[in-house]
Amino acid sequence: MTGRPPGTAATGWLARLLNLVPYLHARPGMRVADAAADLGVSEQQLRDDLELLWVCGLPGYGPGDLIDMAFDGDRVTITYDAGIDRPLRLTPDEALALVVALRMLAETPGVADRGAIDRALDKIETAAGEPAPVAVRLPVGADRQPDRLSQLRDAVAQQRALEITYYSATRDRTTDRVVDPMRMVMVGGHSYLEAWCRRARQVRRFRVDRIDALVVRDEPAALPPQARPAPIVNGIFQPSQELPLVTLRVGRGARWIAEYYPCERVDESRDGWLVSLRVTDLAWARRLVLGLGPEVEVLAPPALVEAVRRHAAAALEAYATPTGLAAPPSVGD
Amino acid sequence: MSRARTERLVNLVICLLATRRFLTAAQIAATVAGYEHDPDDPRAHEAFQRKFERDKAELRSLSVPLETGTDSVFDTEPGYRITRRAYALPDIRLAPDEAAVVGLAARLWQHAGLAAAASSGLSKLRAAGVDVDPHATLGVEPVVAVDPAFAPLAAAARERRVVRFDYRVPERDSASTRRLQPWGVVCWRTRWYVVGHDLDRDDTRCFRLSRLVGSVTTTGPAGAFTPPAEVDLISHVAHSWGPVERHGRARVLVRPGYADGVRRWAELVDPEPEGDVAVLAYHCAEELAHWLVGYGADVRVLDPPEVRDPVITRLKEIAANAEAPSGPGGPAVPATPAGPAAPGAVR
Repeated sequence: MTGRPPGTAATGWLARLLNLVPYLHARPGMRVADAAADLGVSEQQLRDDLELLWVCGLPGYGPGDLIDMAFDGDRVTITYDAGIDRPLRLTPDEALALVVALRMLAETPGVADRGAIDRALDKIETAAGEPAPVAVRLPVGADRQPDRLSQLRDAVAQQRALEITYYSATRDRTTDRVVDPMRMVMVGGHSYLEAWCRRARQVRRFRVDRIDALVVRDEPAALPPQARPAPIVNGIFQPSQELPLVTLRVGRGARWIAEYYPCERVDESRDGWLVSLRVTDLAWARRLVLGLGPEVEVLAPPALVEAVRRHAAAALEAYATPTGLAAPPSVGD
Repeated sequence: MSRARTERLVNLVICLLATRRFLTAAQIAATVAGYEHDPDDPRAHEAFQRKFERDKAELRSLSVPLETGTDSVFDTEPGYRITRRAYALPDIRLAPDEAAVVGLAARLWQHAGLAAAASSGLSKLRAAGVDVDPHATLGVEPVVAVDPAFAPLAAAARERRVVRFDYRVPERDSASTRRLQPWGVVCWRTRWYVVGHDLDRDDTRCFRLSRLVGSVTTTGPAGAFTPPAEVDLISHVAHSWGPVERHGRARVLVRPGYADGVRRWAELVDPEPEGDVAVLAYHCAEELAHWLVGYGADVRVLDPPEVRDPVITRLKEIAANAEAPSGPGGPAVPATPAGPAAPGAVR
């Protein structure tokens, strides 16, 4: 690796100045305060930049060679741009960042205004000069339910309360509830409805492909003041320290779980990785562990060790008898 | 950067944009404010040369297209200029709805470096006269996140440079070093991959970015290879992901009030005296069996045997493991490998 590129810390100022002249040139008579807000700098900083530019210009540096501007109260107009009336071309990274984000948007199921995205993408790629060597294809589950997505989007836009039948994979339960929609988000390839759940009296995110039925109520959404969109930092599941910590010894064939689920610790050893993860519900962990079979062994907590053992034993007992299910191994786990 | 230097750099850009002829360093020193010095004083001249080198590097780091060349064969010393065509962002007119989605896209980045690039790119569009509505929404907004290897690999693919990196799949115990001609980077179902020609395997390969260990090293010159014409990057990542035909049917007894996850996959559920009978369509019997084992004693596979038998086998393995645990001191003692050959399974 090379050291930091020349002038990383400083380059921002020069870039801002080279951009400021064409920006103001395109907007004669703009209020200095509005320009500062739009460009994300303080008004004082912007005035300082203008003062610096005022003494820059063409060799000769006489009147008529220097960048010139007219102030009218709190408004400014560039009257002579000394040849920098256009911004610099997009750098490859700038073009990449814009193009990739636009392609992500274009691929997002249920997004409105697809036409505008495609047109914008086309124009930015033309301006960038060369296509970004990046391809994006997102659809997962949700692409099977385009109608559900547009129904939900409409409910968000029109602020209507919804009755949903929702399958919670954590609890393995399908329940009916009334929710007040807030927004739609897409994380990790899945679309979610973020809404106030009247039953839980909390903001919840509902994965769209787990909403099994949906009725739009003839009733406006009633969001209480505490219903605020939560920031999405690292995926949808934010393990909290209060949740039970499950520790598993994981064989080679099940190592993928360390990549798939957010883990608190992974100790890699040849004989079996030790993987620790926080779980909302031990019954979910039991289903995970049973499903992975002999590839994983539960080390902690003891309650989970016991639940796995009892469930496996009871299930086997049922297969050993001619018909029926075994008695429930235990209630609630 | 000092105020004086910033001022000098702005003047340098204006001067080099204004000239049609290539200007030598000496001519630049004589015209651009901030470079004044006595060229006959060796120390002053050397100081100027250092200053000028730093300034050129600064402009190049901003991607200012600084050209070097001569105007005629009689010029012995190369000069510098910036052509307007190479410098200026081409005319770009975005309708209000187009500008709104670009502004929105720029805000989606979770990666600090690309968020900064998106925002400086957006500033240039604004400077080109585009007005961006900061309050636009699109109904659904994706979170755009990339792995650290994304930027170096995308740059290498653009410049067609060979890369070297360490790669590790979870099933293997150690990473292996791979050399690749990267054709492009692909986002498939929100995971990132690089596709290209693997120089050691002499074949097309794709690599998941999250499995790269350490940093990506670029080796050799730019333009070292040419990707196949019309290459469909996504097809290399997605070839095995066609629609799945579910021809098999399994009947499963489900405890009333339990295993809702099984119920919602069922084609139909019939209440019977012994429990609810769910009919499940499947593609791979073993995959279905392993999934059903997760539901433990709440389900019982009635038929067919190709689903029922692997369920029983797996339950026996689990039960045997549970009867021979590695002891309460477990976590610290990696003596019992849990795996297909775990002691419990062969007993």
